[in-house]
Amino acid sequence: MLETTFGTVPWDDTHHTELSQTDGVPDGRWLFINGNNTPRVARIDLTRFETDEILQIPNAAGGHASPFTTGNSEYIVSATRFSVPIPNADVPIESFKTNFKGTLSFIKADVPGKMDIAFQLLMPGYNYDLGHAGKGPSEGWFFFTTYNTEQAYTKLELNASKNDKDYIAAVNWKLAEQCVKEGKAKAFPSRYAHNYMDPDTRQAKVEFRTSVQMLDPAACPGVVYLLPTPKSPHGVDIDPTGEYIVGGGKLATVIPVHSATKIKAAIAAKAFDGDIGGIPVLKYEATIAGEVQKPGLGPLHTEFDGKGNAYTTMFISSEVVKWKLGTWEVLDRAPTYYSPGHLMIPGGDSKKPWGKYLLALNKITKDRYLPTGGELAQSAQLYDISGDKMKLLLDFPTQGEPHYAQALPASVLKDKQVKFFSLAKNSSPWVTRAESEGNITRAGKAVHIKMIAIRSHFAPDNLEGVEVGDSVYFHVTNIEQDWDILHGFAVLGMNTAELILQPGETRSMLWIPRSPGVYPFYCTDFCSALHQEMQGYIRVSAVGANVPLKANTSAKAATQISRLKAVPQVAEHQHGAAGGR
Amino acid sequence: MTRRARLLLALAAVLPAAAALWPLWEVRLLAPQYPEGLGMRIFAYTVKGIKPNDLDNINGLNHYIGMMPIHPDAIPELRWMPWILALLIITGVVAAVCNSRRLLMGWLMAFAALAIAGLWDFWRWEYNYGHHLDMENAIIVIPGMSYQPPLIGSKQLLNFTASSWPSGAALALGVAFTGAALIWWTSRPRRVAS
Repeated sequence: MLETTFGTVPWDDTHHTELSQTDGVPDGRWLFINGNNTPRVARIDLTRFETDEILQIPNAAGGHASPFTTGNSEYIVSATRFSVPIPNADVPIESFKTNFKGTLSFIKADVPGKMDIAFQLLMPGYNYDLGHAGKGPSEGWFFFTTYNTEQAYTKLELNASKNDKDYIAAVNWKLAEQCVKEGKAKAFPSRYAHNYMDPDTRQAKVEFRTSVQMLDPAACPGVVYLLPTPKSPHGVDIDPTGEYIVGGGKLATVIPVHSATKIKAAIAAKAFDGDIGGIPVLKYEATIAGEVQKPGLGPLHTEFDGKGNAYTTMFISSEVVKWKLGTWEVLDRAPTYYSPGHLMIPGGDSKKPWGKYLLALNKITKDRYLPTGGELAQSAQLYDISGDKMKLLLDFPTQGEPHYAQALPASVLKDKQVKFFSLAKNSSPWVTRAESEGNITRAGKAVHIKMIAIRSHFAPDNLEGVEVGDSVYFHVTNIEQDWDILHGFAVLGMNTAELILQPGETRSMLWIPRSPGVYPFYCTDFCSALHQEMQGYIRVSAVGANVPLKANTSAKAATQISRLKAVPQVAEHQHGAAGGR
Repeated sequence: MTRRARLLLALAAVLPAAAALWPLWEVRLLAPQYPEGLGMRIFAYTVKGIKPNDLDNINGLNHYIGMMPIHPDAIPELRWMPWILALLIITGVVAAVCNSRRLLMGWLMAFAALAIAGLWDFWRWEYNYGHHLDMENAIIVIPGMSYQPPLIGSKQLLNFTASSWPSGAALALGVAFTGAALIWWTSRPRRVAS
C-alpha cells in the first residue's frame, strides 16, 4: 500500500482529512487523507476505518491543497505546494521563472479501487496552499489559494511576502472536464503508483500508471481566473450557501470575502486586471463582497455554523473569532491555547453544518499540561457554539500535530461498522479455516506456514525444518468470529513489523532467520485470560541440515483439534447414556 | 361442545404450530466484556445463536471450562419434537371435529405429560452440559464448580449471568393448553336445575 515511484515510503506528512459527500453533505462513505511530502491521497473506508487505496500524484511536489472534495465526491483535488520543473528535470534553480510550474490535480475518487488522475491543470509557478469546492451559486468551481506569486526560490519568508496581494485561483472544473473530453488536454508521460487492497482477499496490489491528461489553461479559455486576495492567503473556505468565498490572508489585516455572484458578473463584464500566462486576473473591487475589519492577527481558516456565522482561527493572536456573514461584524472572540491552525465544526465546510460544537486544533502547547521534555502533548480545545458566546467545554491533550479534523454525527457511521470479517467469505489464497488445516510447505528457499489463531493458542505451534536464510512466510488467520477479539503475531527478532489480525482475517509476514536456534512466537494483541500462554516455537537449522519439515501442535492444541473433530462422537456417547435411563 | 367451543378448540390445537417459527426457549449470557450479550434460541427442531456466530462463540468460551460443544445435530430430541407437535395438533383438531370431550381430556393429559417430559429432558441436557466436563482439557478448573444454566430464571456462572426463559413457542403452547382446558371445563354437561 505504500509503494511509490520513490520506492516504499512508510511515512508521510498528512495534513487534511476530508469526508466524502453527497449533495454537498458528508455522507460517511469514506474519509480521504493526503500525504504532503510524497504527494498522494488515501481513501479510508468508514465501515472498517481502514485504508483501502492510495494514489500517488505525479508532476507535483508537496500535496498540501489536498484532498478536498467536490459536492458528490466526483473528484478530490491535490495541488502542488512547491512548484518544480514539469516534467522534473536537472535545471538551475535560478531558472525558476522560466522552468518551474505548478499543477492542480483532479482525482476521480467515487469508485473504490478505481482512483485515478482525471486530469491535471498546468499552472504558473507559485505555491498552492489550500482548496475548497464551490456549491450553490459557486457550484462547478474549485478555489485554490496561492502564495509566493513573487516566484521566489530562496528566503521565501521574506521574498514571498512582498506582494500586497496574491491570488485565489478559481477553476471551472466542469469546463475543464468538457475540454478534456474534447481532447484539448495532452497525454503527458508520468509514472505514478496506485495501491489497492481488495477487501475480500485483504491483499494489497500495486500497479504503476504511465500517463495523465495535462490541460494547459490556454487551451481551454475560461477554465481558470485569478482573484487577487491579500496577503499570502492560506485557507479558502466557502460558506454553506456557496455565495461567499473567504480568504485567510496569513499576513493580512482584514478577512477578505469574495462573492460568487460578483465573480460571475465580473467574468461576464470582463472586469480584468491583465492576465498571467493567458489566465485572466479579475479586479479585486469587482469580486469582493466585504472585508472583516480588525479580526485579529494571522487569520488562517474559517468554518461555518449554518446560522449565518463564520468562525476564523487567528494564529498570531491565538483566538477563534466569530463574525457575521453579510455584515462582516465581529461578534465574539475566544482565546485558544495556543496558536490555532485549523478549526473544525462538524460539517462546517459543507452545505449542512451540525453547528453545535467547534474544535480548535493548536500548534503550540507550552504550559497547558504537565511538561514532557522538549516535545509536548499537542493541544486542542472544544467549544460550545450553540449560544451567542463561545463557551470552552474541554481543553485536552492529543496526538500531534492535530492538523485538521472532520466530524459528523455518530448515527451516520455507528450502525454500519463491520464488526468482524466472515471466515466463510475470506478469499485469501493463504486462508486457514480450521485448526486441522494448518501446515508447513517448502518451495525452494521459500517456506510457507499456514496457521490459525484463536483464544488462546496458535495451531500449529511447533514448527521445524526451516533453515537459515529461508524466506519464511507466516500466513496467520484469526478464526474468531466475534467482535473485538483480535490476535497479534510476532517472532523473536522480527525486523519488519508485527501482524495484527482482525477476526476472520488472514495476513502474511515475511521473516528471514539469520542464525540457527529456536525462536518463540507469540500473540502481541492482548486477547484473553490466557493471552500470555498464546505462544509457540519455530526451530531454525543450519543450511543443509535437512531437518524434516514439521508443523506439529502442542499436546493441548492437538487435543483441542481432536475434541472439535470428535463432536458427533461425544454427543453419541451422551445420548447413549441418556437412552439408558 | 358448542359450535363456537369446537372452533376455538381447533384454533387452540393448531397454536403449537408456532414452534415452526418461534423458539421454545432462550438462554442469554451477559458478562462485563460481553455487554451486547451472547445467546441461544432453542427451537423444536434446532438450536441457533441469537446473533449468527453466538453458538460458535459460546462453544469457544466453553472450551475453557471443558464443556462439551453444543451441537444441534447431536441432540436427537430435536429430530422427534416436530413430529410430536404435529401429532398433538392433529389429535387436537380431531377432538374438535369429532366433538369428543373424552378425546379432549386424553389430549390434555398427553399434552401435560409431554410438557413435563420435555422440561425434564431440557433440564437433563443442561445438567449434563454443566456437569460432565472434560477435566483433562479444561483450562479453568474451579473445584466443585458446575455450569448448569437454570431452567427458568438467572444464575451467575463465573463472569457470566446466564438467564433462561420460555420464548414465543412455549408461550403459544401454554395458551393452547390453557385454552383447551377452559373449553373442556366450560363445555361440561350441566344438569338443569329442578
